[in-house]
Amino acid sequence: MAGTRKSYDGVAVCVPVTIPYRRYSVNSAHWWVGRALHALTRQARLRPKDIDGLVLSSFTLAPDKPIGLTQHLGLSPRWLDDVPLGGASGIVALRRAARAVQAGDAEIVACVAADTNHVDSFRKTLSTFSRFAQDAVYPYGSGGANASFALITRNYMNKFGAKREDFGKICVAQRDNALSNPHAIMKKKLTLDEYMAARPIAEPIHLFDCVMPCAGAEAFLVCREETARSLGVAAIRLLSTIERHNAFADDPVQVRGGWAMDVGELWAMAGVKPDDVDFVETYDDYPVISMLQFEDLGFCAKGEGPDFVRGHSLTNDGTFPHNTSGGQLSAGQAGAAGGFLGLTEALRQLAGKPVGKPVPDAKLCVVSGFGMINYDRGLSSGAAVLARAA
Amino acid sequence: MTDPLVRPKRKDPLKRTRMPLAPPAARSRTAHGLTAAAAEGKFALQVCSDCAAVTYPPRDACPSCLSPRLPFMPVDNRGTLVAETTVHNSPEPYFRERVPWRVGVVKLDVGPSVVAHLHGDTVEGARVRLELKLDKIGAPVMIALPAKETPNMQDDPQLREMTCDPKFRRVLITDGRSAVGQAMAKAFAEAGSTIVFVGIADAWKPYPGMEALRRIERVEIVPLDLTDSESVAEQAEQNGGRIDIVVNTAEHVRAGGFVDRHGLTVAREQMDIRYFGLVRLAQAFGPVLRGRGADGVNSAAAFVNLLSVHALMNWPAYGAYAAVEAACLSAAQCLRAELRPGGVKVVNVFSGPLETEWFQTVPPPKVAPAALARAVVDALKRGLEDVFVGDVAEDVRARLAVNPKALEREISN
Amino acid sequence: MSSVDLLAFAQAVASGKIRVIDLTQTLSQEFPTIVLPPEFGQCAPFRIEEVSRYDERGPAWYWNNLSMGEHTGTHFDAPIHWISGKDLPNNSVDTIDAAKFIAPAVVIDCSQQCAADPDFMLTIPFVEAWEARHGRIGPGHWVLLRTDWSKKPYPQYAGMRDDGAHTPGPEPAVVKWLVEERDVHGFGTETIGTDYGQGQHFNPPYPAHFYMHGKGRYGLQCLANLDQLPARGAVIFSAPLKIKQGSGSPLRVLALVSGED
Repeated sequence: MAGTRKSYDGVAVCVPVTIPYRRYSVNSAHWWVGRALHALTRQARLRPKDIDGLVLSSFTLAPDKPIGLTQHLGLSPRWLDDVPLGGASGIVALRRAARAVQAGDAEIVACVAADTNHVDSFRKTLSTFSRFAQDAVYPYGSGGANASFALITRNYMNKFGAKREDFGKICVAQRDNALSNPHAIMKKKLTLDEYMAARPIAEPIHLFDCVMPCAGAEAFLVCREETARSLGVAAIRLLSTIERHNAFADDPVQVRGGWAMDVGELWAMAGVKPDDVDFVETYDDYPVISMLQFEDLGFCAKGEGPDFVRGHSLTNDGTFPHNTSGGQLSAGQAGAAGGFLGLTEALRQLAGKPVGKPVPDAKLCVVSGFGMINYDRGLSSGAAVLARAA
Repeated sequence: MTDPLVRPKRKDPLKRTRMPLAPPAARSRTAHGLTAAAAEGKFALQVCSDCAAVTYPPRDACPSCLSPRLPFMPVDNRGTLVAETTVHNSPEPYFRERVPWRVGVVKLDVGPSVVAHLHGDTVEGARVRLELKLDKIGAPVMIALPAKETPNMQDDPQLREMTCDPKFRRVLITDGRSAVGQAMAKAFAEAGSTIVFVGIADAWKPYPGMEALRRIERVEIVPLDLTDSESVAEQAEQNGGRIDIVVNTAEHVRAGGFVDRHGLTVAREQMDIRYFGLVRLAQAFGPVLRGRGADGVNSAAAFVNLLSVHALMNWPAYGAYAAVEAACLSAAQCLRAELRPGGVKVVNVFSGPLETEWFQTVPPPKVAPAALARAVVDALKRGLEDVFVGDVAEDVRARLAVNPKALEREISN
Repeated sequence: MSSVDLLAFAQAVASGKIRVIDLTQTLSQEFPTIVLPPEFGQCAPFRIEEVSRYDERGPAWYWNNLSMGEHTGTHFDAPIHWISGKDLPNNSVDTIDAAKFIAPAVVIDCSQQCAADPDFMLTIPFVEAWEARHGRIGPGHWVLLRTDWSKKPYPQYAGMRDDGAHTPGPEPAVVKWLVEERDVHGFGTETIGTDYGQGQHFNPPYPAHFYMHGKGRYGLQCLANLDQLPARGAVIFSAPLKIKQGSGSPLRVLALVSGED
């Protein structure tokens, strides 16, 4: 597979923006998108009309689609995309934008994920999420993703001997990483005892296995390296990406994501090995999915996730720095912005400008996305290997 | 181990009645293939006509070969419970009130992985059988039951939400004069109903079986005349709050159609007892039934109509009767929609000719009153909505599904 | 001929000098009606449907729609009701001369005999014995049979058993005799029907209907309060509804009795 895909040479990923999250917001998603674009133009010293490409991810734009936002926000892009893929949105938006600037179809692409969170947003989103969810999941306890991932977690525990303590270790480490992140919604240290004793949500998922839904926005720019240089912004290099949807449909319960189908290509295209990376940002809607990503991205074999976690320290100063700003489990999940959170954190760490605790000598990382629980499993997955500017 | 249901204590009259809530009701059009199966207690999934793949959730093209031909067919309902979870937290009000609620994923032997409600006696890793049932809002859901029958299985709280089990409920048999009414009273007493109200009109007119009816345990005979609005209203006022299941056994059967009939008195009686009787029951009992759908162990649960299968296709030999039955069927469908928000099922039980006096000259097969009563109790225990009892009913239904016009001609010869 | 002082009559009613006894059962759903074999057409029972009651169906008024048969509750039978009277002139409720709706009555009391025996049959000797005490029954009189049946609870009132109704009534001979020998106006009873409960077994069946209507006489049934009437001297007002070609109708039957009786 290596060699058949065009490299991302010359592509720059830059200007990570986070609009601080709020638990509930009376503002619309449009407002949050506007805030993110405003911050992008300010930080990159651009005028809004300089943005000639826009890719948007949001669950709460209704009744608008991204096209409505062009008029709403006064943009006239020559390249427009809608990536409604939840936690995989960041990686997929990056892939689309990268090829657009390479082909010259756009010069400066704003990649924005934003969602508001009204008091009844959660229930409304759950109940109309997908046709399969409507017909075959939501009528069963309506536990939402919590119940679906409880089943995935339980099956994984039965099959591979993972214990709640293993997932707890991931959560505790992420909370440690979040303590230095001023934007994180969760502010208090978490101990393993507190994790274990927390109230059950849907067994075996307990309170600290769940993200806190909130309102917020994450964004970044994609352009050519020359453009980044002329803007005077730090340009992060894109070494490889993969994307896959509805992989392994015959697995009775999800035990692997699409990454497992294309992981060889990810590393071959990047020209590096898993061991070479300095930190990893996984999509952490639930700790079991982070464990799957450790396996499927090639850090250990299928089923070795528990041992891998037991044998590593996952804090920013540990042997395997993971979700270095706290991940969604500690920073909060602002809807689709949860799929961009790992990317913006990676961009900051690689540029040497993290908002929280730095990963020592961060040169190389892999960022992974996952999402869209259409029925009983996450359909979309993607990953990107990013490197500090040469 | 399912704990056996305990007879509920008398309701505290000062306590507010819990209001009915609905589980999520929305289903795609294709998913209503499951509704049709659940209504009759069948288990059916889409099976691709071109590559035989069995697919779930319901969809519009085969995921193996993209064929659009995906009819719902009966399939083997056995599988293994692969993983389970107990939901403790739900944003959906119906479930929020009922947690902890157990659901799981079952891998069916025929292929698909199915998210299902779990009966309390199912064990993770063990074999189960899936059934399709209509939940409290009448939407189709999967429930996994243990592979073999377990003690007190019917009493599982999650299962009882989907059924109308007569056990510990109070039933009104609207007309106890007839053989059907009396068989019904006996069947419900045996099914564990705590009170079997039996309506009798014109008590001054004696009727066969009167003594035996009075002697049935827990039977309470009440005055009820379905042709008299005041009588029906009065019965609802007096006992409506403690009637959980209404079984409308009022009947009016006469041979004959229209052209050879003289005058309208029989037709009027027929409409009055059957159609207007149903309307009176709906007006008098509908509101209180609908309000009590979540009222504890002995919540209001069902309104049962006994209909001729010829409501679906007129049988000219009994044409006037069939026409009135058709009116009743349509009214019952309306009533079904009106009672559903309260979690009360309208159960339509179709049968061909019965072993009763006005069908005397009709050759067999006919349905005996006791068999009809058994079918009603069974339908309530299983939470069915559309029931076909006996050979003639099954036959009419089968022919109707293939070619209604052929049936129309055949039935009128 | 000197004119009759009708004003004095009205004043006598108003003052109670003439008493008005209501011989009518209240029309209600529960009141038993005649039951014929199920293959035959049945008499409609009384049914009442509220149209509105000071509510959204009619804010300031209360009214009902009714349904019933011509022979429901306390009712009048016209000669056209029976096959034997079908061809007589002026035989329907709308064609009977209105003057016929006011007539004197004799009351034959067999309540004691009926108390012991629901199958009590009125016979010619019984009537002759009554005449010996009260005088000859004059022409144009109603003959009302007091049985006190109206006081019974409905099951006994209807008297239905597995071979039909068991209620008191006249034998064929006495009816024929009343018509031919006494030229009576009509026959009235407290029971459902003017005939004996088991009258289907007589020859002719239902002789009270057969002979009375056959000779253009009338019937009244489901009467009440006959025990308040004197053996003779009461005048009955019994005007049925003016129904087109009607065979009978429910009605208000009033007996006027002189204050001294």
